[in-house]
Amino acid sequence: MSAAKLRLLVGVLAVGVFTAGCGGSTGSSGDGPVTLTLNLFGNMGFKDLYAKYEAAHPNIKIVERTSAYNDHHRNLAAHLATGSGAADVEGIDTGFIAQFRAQPERFVDLRKHGADGLKDRWLPWKWQASVAKNGAQIGYGTDVGGLAMCYRRDLFEKAGLPTERDEVSKLWPDWASYFEAGRKYTANKPEGASFFDGGAQIFNAMIGQAETGYYDASDHVVVATNPVVRSAYDEVLKAVADGESAKLVGSSPAWNTGFAKSQFATIACPAWMLAKIQDQAKAFAGKWDIAAIPGGGGNWGGSYLTVPAQSKHVKEAVDLITWLTAPEQQIEVFKAHGILPSTVATYEKPEVKNLKNAFFNDAPVGQVFTAAALNLKPQYQGPRAGDIQTAIRDAINRVEEGKQDGPQAWEQMLKDVERIEQ
Amino acid sequence: MTLARSGPRRRWAYQLDVKGSPYFYIAPFFLLFGAVGMFPLLYTAYVSLTNWNLLEPTRHWVGLANYAELLTDDYFWNALFNTVSIWLLSTVPQLLAALFIAHMLNRSLRARTFFRMGVLLPNVTSIVAVTIIFAQLFGRDFGMVNWALNLVGLDPVDWQAGTLSSHIAISLIVIWRWTGYNALIYLAAMQTIPEHLYEAATLDGAGQFTQFRKITIPMLRPTIIFTAVVSTIGGFQIIAEPLLFQAGTGNPTGGSDRQFQTVGLYLYEQGFSLYKFGYASAIAWTLCLIIVVMALVNYSVTRRIRRS
Repeated sequence: MSAAKLRLLVGVLAVGVFTAGCGGSTGSSGDGPVTLTLNLFGNMGFKDLYAKYEAAHPNIKIVERTSAYNDHHRNLAAHLATGSGAADVEGIDTGFIAQFRAQPERFVDLRKHGADGLKDRWLPWKWQASVAKNGAQIGYGTDVGGLAMCYRRDLFEKAGLPTERDEVSKLWPDWASYFEAGRKYTANKPEGASFFDGGAQIFNAMIGQAETGYYDASDHVVVATNPVVRSAYDEVLKAVADGESAKLVGSSPAWNTGFAKSQFATIACPAWMLAKIQDQAKAFAGKWDIAAIPGGGGNWGGSYLTVPAQSKHVKEAVDLITWLTAPEQQIEVFKAHGILPSTVATYEKPEVKNLKNAFFNDAPVGQVFTAAALNLKPQYQGPRAGDIQTAIRDAINRVEEGKQDGPQAWEQMLKDVERIEQ
Repeated sequence: MTLARSGPRRRWAYQLDVKGSPYFYIAPFFLLFGAVGMFPLLYTAYVSLTNWNLLEPTRHWVGLANYAELLTDDYFWNALFNTVSIWLLSTVPQLLAALFIAHMLNRSLRARTFFRMGVLLPNVTSIVAVTIIFAQLFGRDFGMVNWALNLVGLDPVDWQAGTLSSHIAISLIVIWRWTGYNALIYLAAMQTIPEHLYEAATLDGAGQFTQFRKITIPMLRPTIIFTAVVSTIGGFQIIAEPLLFQAGTGNPTGGSDRQFQTVGLYLYEQGFSLYKFGYASAIAWTLCLIIVVMALVNYSVTRRIRRS
């Protein structure tokens, strides 16, 4: 094969690959049919709403693709960096929003599409968390987790603690009294059932309430210097040393088993975790109950809908996410799936306000979780907060596993954090 | 006339057919390999010389800085140690057991085909399912292994927390999946050994074990080299087992103290969790070089052992 022919062949191949790579995203202007793609993770509860939207907008067709939590966010990072492959609408979890907010040029600035007029829809901290340094708003909030303390009435009774949820809430206005209750519980604890599931999970709930967490407002990591981080760390490890922890790593298979085997009596639980507890602890219906979280406010999880700048249908995509995150639609999602909205207006609706959960001994879940979401003081989240959280979780685990003492694990964690920061 | 005119052209077409078409037939493989194999390989080499981070808009040429950093990176050496340890703990028992099983399967057994296919079954199961089940078996509080230890009066082990204990658990996953596969390869090779060698040895009064040692193993030498090299390559690339051994937690750190983080997993952490593509590419190329060196060492050692 001559050089010229070879070059021709390579050229033809390259064109073929190029056109294949661009397939499916042919741009269209005007009123022609438009297919909007949504890349989401897990079930965000929108499926029933698409048909409604398509009926009202005959030129729009909606395609949803879902993948696993970590895969979804890793793919999104790659698609944004390489400038192709992202969908018209991308879901982003709270744990990743700070990382993506740091690259606002890769997303549509929703302020250019009337975001400022909608601002009052959301909890202030929910709105603020997706605002970039340059002021751009990159996403609209969907759900929040809120945070409560789920507990086992039967285990509390055996250990001689109060069992009614109001009394239990009074038992722990702050974390110090929570750990104190844990000491009392541990002194009479039923065989095999520790006070809480794992130190790292409790630590996360504590640090989430602090005014300043892992970052200061100018994106500097302050783990080493923020006294709140160290005192929460020490308090948790003290409780671990007192035998309050079941030493389970959150979301691991062993942790799942822990629900079924009654390995812990309390767990910090956001709204979305209730379904999980019901699944894992089927045999304990009515024995679980829900009290307020120590410290009063909290949040764990929740998501955003964003429109990547590379989308070919920016206007249509923005219209769709504006509609999906509106209170009218969010209340539908809540009714069908129990996913708690971040739109404040829905909290006054009787469907939300008066919601009770039979599995949790008829606990007023609507009130508990909206109160936690409303009481949360906004905390500035830096781009690598999630990775830092993992480093601290590993440090607490090392102590729980008996491999290191508190100060050793702390030193090693600071080195890890330094590397993450680079 | 017609013949004379078409002669040279036909000869040319014939020549092209004979000389050219083999290249044409193998071209798809090489074109595909070039696009999905060679190009990424070379591109990775280029990326490893930059400080590309997926989260940052710019990237710069940094020369060999990533490699220099790697050499002084404790976590890389830790990962390399874990990889070698898990590789040794899995490969050696695996190949010995495979030899033994192949020897047994080579005898006249009832339902021979059933047993021969049976040993391959673990290999066709899903690696994800197998690892998750093994992680449950090695669970700290309710794992079956600790339950069995308890029955014989031993203390339970926190398998995931310890360095050696986690390496043993992960190695067992590898052994369980690959022993049957290697046994079948050995079995195929054993069947090519001429029967008369064994008959002569029997006449000379050599026992089963002597026959195995003096005839079977030397005759299997090329096959043993092959399986050792393949196991080495697989062993150094191990990533799914340690990743899934801490399933659900979503982070590729390989335990709270990185006690079972392999080089493959460290690469994955740097590239796809911290998005340091430059550094991850340097790890990838270093791993590739290590595998080449190990395969060569393996080859020469296995040769020497069998020759002596």
